[in-house]
Amino acid sequence: MEQYVTKMFNFTGVMIQFILNNQLVETNLPGGSILLDFIRGDQHLKGTKIGCREGDCGACTVLSGSLSANDHVHYKTITSCLTPIINVHGKHIVTVEGIGIDAVLNQVQKSMLEHNATQCGFCTPGFVMAFSGYALNKETSITGIRESISGNICRCTGYKSIEKAAVDIFEQLKHSPKGRSLDWLIKQHFVPKYFLQIPVQLKKIVTLSPIKAGVFVGGGTDLYVQKAEELQGMEAIPVNQMKGLTDVFQNGTKLTIGAGLTASDMLNNELMMSALPRLKEFFQMVSSQVIRNMGTLGGNLVNASPIGDLSVLFLALNADITLLNPDNESSRKLPLKEFFKDYKKIALQKDELIQSLAFETGKTMAVNFEKVSKRTYLDIASVNCAISIQLKGDEIKEIHLAAGGVAPIPKYLKNTCEFLTDKKLNAENLRKAHCVMKEEIAPISDIRGSAEYKRLLLRQLFYAHFIRLFPNRVKSSELLNV
Amino acid sequence: MKNIDSTSHLSGKSIFIDDMPEIQGTLFASVVTSPIAHGKLLSIDFSEVESLPGILRTFTYRDIPGENQIGGIVPDEPLFAEKELHFVGQPIALIVGKSDFICQQAKQLVTFDMEILHPVTTATEAFERNQFISPPRTFKMGDPENAWKECAYVFEGTAESGGQEHLYLETQGAYTIPMEKGKLKIYASTQGPTAIQKQTARVLGIPMNQIEVDVNRIGGGFGGKEDQATPWAVMVALATHHLNKPVKMILSRHDDMYMTGKRHPYTTYFKIGLSKENKILAYEANYLQNAGAAADLSPAITERTLFHCTNSYFIPNVKATVHSCKTNLPPNTAFRGFGAPQGMFAIECAIHLSSKELNIPVEEIQKINLLKEGDEFPYGQKVQNGMLDNSWLLADKQWNIAKLQEDIRQYNAQHSLKKKGFSIFPVTFGVSFTNTVMNHARALVHIYQDGSVGISTGAVEMGQSVNTKMLQVAAGFFSIDMHKINIESTNTTRVANTSPSAASSTADLNGKAVQMACNALLHRLKKVAAKLVSGNEEALEITNEEVFFNKKPTGITWKELVKTAFLQRVSLSENSHYATPEIHFDKTIEKGHPFAYHVFGLALTTALTDCMRGTYEIEDVKIVHDFGKSMNQEIDLGQVEGALMQGIGWMTMEEIAYDKNGVLLSNALSTYKVPDLYSAPKSVEIIPLENESDNLAILKSKAVGEPPFNYGIGAYFAIQQAIKAYNSDYSMAFNAPMTPEKVLMGLYEQT
Ligand SMILES: Cc1cc2nc3c(=O)[nH]c(=O)nc-3n(C[C@H](O)[C@H](O)[C@H](O)COP(=O)(O)OP(=O)(O)OC[C@H]3O[C@@H](n4cnc5c(N)ncnc54)[C@H](O)[C@@H]3O)c2cc1C
Ligand code: FES
Ligand code: FES
Repeated sequence: MEQYVTKMFNFTGVMIQFILNNQLVETNLPGGSILLDFIRGDQHLKGTKIGCREGDCGACTVLSGSLSANDHVHYKTITSCLTPIINVHGKHIVTVEGIGIDAVLNQVQKSMLEHNATQCGFCTPGFVMAFSGYALNKETSITGIRESISGNICRCTGYKSIEKAAVDIFEQLKHSPKGRSLDWLIKQHFVPKYFLQIPVQLKKIVTLSPIKAGVFVGGGTDLYVQKAEELQGMEAIPVNQMKGLTDVFQNGTKLTIGAGLTASDMLNNELMMSALPRLKEFFQMVSSQVIRNMGTLGGNLVNASPIGDLSVLFLALNADITLLNPDNESSRKLPLKEFFKDYKKIALQKDELIQSLAFETGKTMAVNFEKVSKRTYLDIASVNCAISIQLKGDEIKEIHLAAGGVAPIPKYLKNTCEFLTDKKLNAENLRKAHCVMKEEIAPISDIRGSAEYKRLLLRQLFYAHFIRLFPNRVKSSELLNV
Repeated sequence: MKNIDSTSHLSGKSIFIDDMPEIQGTLFASVVTSPIAHGKLLSIDFSEVESLPGILRTFTYRDIPGENQIGGIVPDEPLFAEKELHFVGQPIALIVGKSDFICQQAKQLVTFDMEILHPVTTATEAFERNQFISPPRTFKMGDPENAWKECAYVFEGTAESGGQEHLYLETQGAYTIPMEKGKLKIYASTQGPTAIQKQTARVLGIPMNQIEVDVNRIGGGFGGKEDQATPWAVMVALATHHLNKPVKMILSRHDDMYMTGKRHPYTTYFKIGLSKENKILAYEANYLQNAGAAADLSPAITERTLFHCTNSYFIPNVKATVHSCKTNLPPNTAFRGFGAPQGMFAIECAIHLSSKELNIPVEEIQKINLLKEGDEFPYGQKVQNGMLDNSWLLADKQWNIAKLQEDIRQYNAQHSLKKKGFSIFPVTFGVSFTNTVMNHARALVHIYQDGSVGISTGAVEMGQSVNTKMLQVAAGFFSIDMHKINIESTNTTRVANTSPSAASSTADLNGKAVQMACNALLHRLKKVAAKLVSGNEEALEITNEEVFFNKKPTGITWKELVKTAFLQRVSLSENSHYATPEIHFDKTIEKGHPFAYHVFGLALTTALTDCMRGTYEIEDVKIVHDFGKSMNQEIDLGQVEGALMQGIGWMTMEEIAYDKNGVLLSNALSTYKVPDLYSAPKSVEIIPLENESDNLAILKSKAVGEPPFNYGIGAYFAIQQAIKAYNSDYSMAFNAPMTPEKVLMGLYEQT
């Protein structure tokens, strides 16, 4: 436990306040307490269900609305089972009890009813909240609405009826005026009227004074899977309260992004999207939308899982990170490659935080990310692999490759990169590079696959990058059929 | 008609056990379990636990006033381990305290002194060591020993199918409340309220009438709460019995996964013999069933494997034997299909192996061997109202099978890194509990004096919408508004001695009982009405809550009629009993007529494989399904879709893994993957094969819970065909589930 506690536990007497459905609630529970237990236990709202307490089923999904500029409340889904209560201070939390229209069904619920999208009913409130969260967003696409329930598991229906409900909801939202105002959503019975009062009420909640003692927490999506019981009675420090943790800025050819950004934040950021136009496609394979709404970049790096998707992607972008000591505001820079030392050992000192990450965007690098897991979505990789590469003529000028699941750490494939630099891009060199690669990895057999499989899979993903990025230069037949 | 619980489900108002308002003073509990798969328990130390504030007491076998035994079929399962430990997760003790959190913490503080013995985790090893749950059983037909000589081709092979975690979204749980005079009320998430009542009585040493079990609904069961909901309820009942306090225990997902049994893994050695014309002449199967450490329902499951050993094919000479092997895993248990899917998978492997060896299309073997009217099953029953040829014809007419296959050939010719595969999978599933004595049910119907109706049955609502069907039966019979009828919780004091809600038979058995009760009540009401109109009872009809005489309205409403009957002291309550007629089975000769009827169907499955990455999608499943005359199409379609998805999950991504010490590795949703939205087939088309031939089905609407699970098996073979289209060296080992790992290894396998 020690490694998570950066300061002595010391009750700070913080009063956490937020709006739960249409009511202001406050609690002096320690900030590390779990939102789900507060909702079901303290508030007796039993509609939010417990299916796993690990973020993997979506039964506990609720909406979290944050006040942004121009008094707009931006809603996203979160899994309440992994959310420390301090993270919802000053937010509007909506549970299934707070989404119905005057005790009748809202439009989402009606569509689900119409298409028989509920059987045993246990997963149902989670789906209702995920769809309602989608309705509250601006985007309307069929892939988008499907993605909104990518974190929800149903064991009864086989999803076809839920898909039909999704199409139905999509059809209704399609006709919304651009921007989909709250007024429109209220009129169309997607959300209840009291939502109009929320901005005013949220503004009345004062910001917490910085918490000094406790465990650093990003979204809690690693912490609460691993240590939920220990964190129950503890204070937590949201990393986002620290300086620079949510900033994004372009400085020359370098893009710097705060380590407190969630994967969803990155997708909503224009600078990030112009640097990595295919990011959405890559992130689709990372956890689920609801987890991407919570999990942060910093958390992914610090967790140092050997298959960490963000770790692997940013290693291949040859990123640097900035570490900050919030006490004395000193900071230092480090190539990400040097951050991962050994299995779950990282170059982070006690009291230090990851503040930000920066990578080069100026060069015309081609980037790709590949991941294979037992279940294509919402699963941890058996092997993942990322590449950034720049050609000069038909030669490789610069290349960075990283892979997960093949070593105790997210692995920067240094030797392979060195071998390929300044080489001609052709099948023969790639096959030779694969021989180099084989020597610098050491996969182990575990629940995600045998070592033999992981070796073969990495070869495939390595080749897949080139087939994907340079279909005219590299033919699969030359790589595979030898 | 929609599931009558839909609105409360959607608004989060449906009450599951963990949602019930807690009685003040409720205590919580957690189970201390064996950390080893096999060994001797020398001593346990609870001293640190007992000093933890908030902990009240721990219970072990020593605290059991009755029998330390909960085995339903074979008495081989103690509630709490005494001296011997047989699997990781075997309950040893119960800790009771003031919060769930404290109990979970306390659990970590228990220490054991143990002697570790060699754990057996595979059926093959148990078989070699002669460790069995029960004696082997064999079904035999024709002259299998001599038939091989007649065969032009004989092939032998092995088929492995894996376990499967139920993953009902609501985990196991129970809540007990002390009543006066030592009685107990148990709320449980169970498919078998009577099992809980019976085993609690046994463990506490009190009569069954001291225990009331009540089930409002459960958040999914799939067989996992048929027998295995029992231990948790008995444990909290034991605590309540001693402490005279309400005690609640809801298992965490993790505890649920490692303590409870799963679908049985099977290793099957098969031998198949065909004539020159591809007629299957002989089939032999030896199933090694991995039953885990105690019998649980395994003996019944072995039986259903045998009943389905030839699936939809007529084979004149058959010998099938199941060995239920005792291993050091949690006792495996009922799971949708109940042993049938494993049997069906094996025979299909044998056919696919034959097709590969003979280098002919699979359907050339499948089609000419399909069961025909009057063909005999290896257990003596004959095919009645068979629908296999019809299913095939209808599928072909609807979708043109040859064209589907040609399209796939073309696609494969045009794509080097993506390949499609196609399979046809026929299903024949017998409906009834194979244990004939369980095929009965009761219903208690009250008409209240205001004309509203309350119905209790032995059926447990778990999402299959059985309550909706019961309501439909009654509303149809009385011809009254649905809103006048309330389906009560399933309660052992209202309906006693129930069979579990299982074997796809719940709606048939309980529905027939409801029908009988309604019939009796209606008869009585008509008598009253006959007097009112001074006419003949036969000429009376109740339609839309009004009495009609000679087809003419009489102006007498349902409400008035009921009131009159009440004032005339006519009984407005009826308790009826239904037992399936016609069925029988003689275990001494393994022959009889065990099933009320069979359900038939056919699935056409197309899989698309990414040959670079070894990943796949199930593109399309087309099903012809024999619903009989569905009484609720929306609900029945939902059952088919849900079952299909579960079957596909079993065959593809759902992989149970234990290490060699018997420790479950796939112990969370992050390591055990069930299908998500994106795993669902891109398209599912289901066309009903309408027929009204089976009178033992409720309103001729056939059972739909389990049969469609088996359609998922088609996914396995469709993926195999896709791999074969890429790699002609692929050896086609039969080893489910077909994970992306197996696919990739198959794509790049070399001979
Ligand atoms: C259901 C589910 C699916 C998942 N799927 C994936 C997946 O597909 N791929 C993948 O890579 N990961 C996955 N994860 C893991 C997790 O979501 C990611 O690693 C996520 O990025 C973690 O971020 P967080 O903010 O939630 O971390 P937290 O849990 O908040 O924190 C993790 C650790 O980092 C520390 N920490 C957090 N921020 C900082 C900081 N800025 N500086 C220093 N220390 C910090 C915390 O103290 C803690 O020790 C999944 C998790 C869940 C629950
Ligand atoms: S309970 Fe499963 S995601 Fe929260
Ligand atoms: S309806 Fe039962 S899990 Fe979805």
